[in-house]
Amino acid sequence: MEKILVGLKRVVDYNVRVRVKSDGSGVDTDGVKMSINPFDEIALEEALRIRERGEAKEVIVVSIGTSEAQQQLRTGLAMGADRAILVESTTAVDPLTSAKMFLKLIEKENPDLVILGKQAIDNDNIQTGQMLAALWGRPQATFASELVFDGNRAKVTREVDIGLETIEIDLPAVITADLRLNEPRYVKLPDIMKAKKKPLEQISAADLAVATVNALVESAYEPPQQRQKGIMVSDVPELVAALKDKGLV
Amino acid sequence: MSKVLVIAEHDGNKLNASTAKCVACASGIPDSEIHVVIFASAGEKLAADAAGLASVDKVMYVDNSSNEHALAAVLAPQIVSLAGDYTHIFGPSTTFGKDLMPRVAALLDVNQISDVMEVIGSHSFKRPIYAGNAILTVEAPEGTAVVATVRTASYRAVGNGGAAPVEQITVSADLPQHTRFVSLQAGKSDRPDLQTASKVVSGGRALASSENFEIIFRLAEALGAGVGASRAAVDAGYVPNELQVGQTGKIIAPDLYIAIGISGAIQHLTGIKDAGTIVAINKDADAPIFDVADIGLVGDLFKIIPELEKAIRS
Ligand SMILES: Cc1cc2nc3c(=O)[nH]c(=O)nc-3n(C[C@H](O)[C@H](O)[C@H](O)COP(=O)(O)OP(=O)(O)OC[C@H]3O[C@@H](n4cnc5c(N)ncnc54)[C@H](O)[C@@H]3O)c2cc1C
Ligand SMILES: Nc1ncnc2c1ncn2[C@@H]1O[C@H](COP(=O)(O)O)[C@@H](O)[C@H]1O
Repeated sequence: MEKILVGLKRVVDYNVRVRVKSDGSGVDTDGVKMSINPFDEIALEEALRIRERGEAKEVIVVSIGTSEAQQQLRTGLAMGADRAILVESTTAVDPLTSAKMFLKLIEKENPDLVILGKQAIDNDNIQTGQMLAALWGRPQATFASELVFDGNRAKVTREVDIGLETIEIDLPAVITADLRLNEPRYVKLPDIMKAKKKPLEQISAADLAVATVNALVESAYEPPQQRQKGIMVSDVPELVAALKDKGLV
Repeated sequence: MSKVLVIAEHDGNKLNASTAKCVACASGIPDSEIHVVIFASAGEKLAADAAGLASVDKVMYVDNSSNEHALAAVLAPQIVSLAGDYTHIFGPSTTFGKDLMPRVAALLDVNQISDVMEVIGSHSFKRPIYAGNAILTVEAPEGTAVVATVRTASYRAVGNGGAAPVEQITVSADLPQHTRFVSLQAGKSDRPDLQTASKVVSGGRALASSENFEIIFRLAEALGAGVGASRAAVDAGYVPNELQVGQTGKIIAPDLYIAIGISGAIQHLTGIKDAGTIVAINKDADAPIFDVADIGLVGDLFKIIPELEKAIRS
């Protein structure tokens, strides 16, 4: 393999409990910690391991977002990516449009493999990889927990509801990373310094000439219904009695 | 008038309960006609089962050996060739639907609405985002198909009693050869299925080993319950991945959920928001799981669980 393209989305850190703004116009992200989407870190780690095994030559990280997403791309470079591309957009980009933008980059870069996260934890859409594979007319292997390459093919184990499914796909292809694919490495300080010198190309979203079509309109945000704190019992007999009360045992 | 196409999920022998839940969601669309389509290698019996679901107006099945194992790249073009005048195309928000439906949406050049939890109108839906910490209302454009996945935990399966006509159909679509099924390693099926069980007992990191996790299985057996786990328990290898409950595992809505040695991280709570009664057993009285539990018991699970099992069995 020559090249692997990896998507890195800048999202609210998974430890932050986001809140809906009181006027219902969105969620409050002011001053909130932002990070690489956790599944994208796993995607990048996998790409780096493939390169380190000598099965690929170059790993390119891509983010579509505001100029602040440079931070996440720099982190990706510090983890070990060779270069980065920022597709700069001042507005949020929906999965269909993101997939079309990735496709434009694919046409330019000709990667053998694209690894994305299975899910961005902000909108929980779980769409971009599948859409990209469809538009590209290539295989998809979503929710991957293990990859094995054999020349121009890959065997991918996928986490599915009833267990683990293995499929074989021809390359090039899109793979989306699940949690147990690997454990991402920590970034070391000298790598952060080195990453500053690695190339980070900026393209404006407009230059990719991808029109947004059939957009969904986000008309209202509301907080979820909260569950109420219930009763505390002090021992097993009380617990069993409470369950009997509710007709549950 | 809306025309909804529901993509059935099945294992070749029987319909997954998610199909009847998608039908339930579809029936919430005002003035809708609901069709179910089954892609299988031999779909006649599955089609008959689907025809018996309440609210279904028509069932179609497509027999093709390429459809023996559900591969998104193989199914998507067939669905697109059927899309025609359907106003809505629905699939379940299970790994089957999450894999497949965005591929369909992209081929139709539309965005997908993921995890529909409430139908407000034919083109207006509610869905959770940020691990369920916010509920978003989205409006889909008119004039193009609405492609959506249905959050199965938000719906009760429609009952039986339907008698829809069944039609075997053929589709003309180019099926790719670039994606091939190799094998499936399915979990044990002698337990109630986690996604449909009315009771679920889950264990967390506190179980500390797969041997210890046996006490969770024993309690579940005594209760006739399914078994779940936190991500920490799965990552540590105590139980297989298909037992994970939460944002990135299964979203479930049993009548009774018992969380044992689970702290209650937001990613876990997302998976159990719709449970009827939540019971938490944890030695830490400040564990966040107690904020959402209907019944809480503070103490050492290794003492409590065997005692609870005994009490339930007697
Ligand atoms: C992107 C992302 C997605 C995630 N998705 C999921 C998901 O889908 N599902 C999920 O569960 N997690 C998910 N997580 C992980 C989540 O954040 C938590 O780390 C995880 O849920 C913790 O599991 P736990 O409660 O078993 O472990 P811990 O948080 O370690 O809690 C263990 C609990 O056991 C109690 N305990 C210890 N010993 C005993 C004893 N003897 N008796 C009684 N109680 C005891 C402790 O007090 C503690 O509360 C995700 C994380 C990320 C970053
Ligand atoms: N704006 C973006 N920039 C970079 N990668 C993205 C972006 N949006 C989505 N992706 C990739 O697509 C995956 C799935 O996202 P989603 O479909 O939004 O759940 C993410 O984990 C990323 O790898």
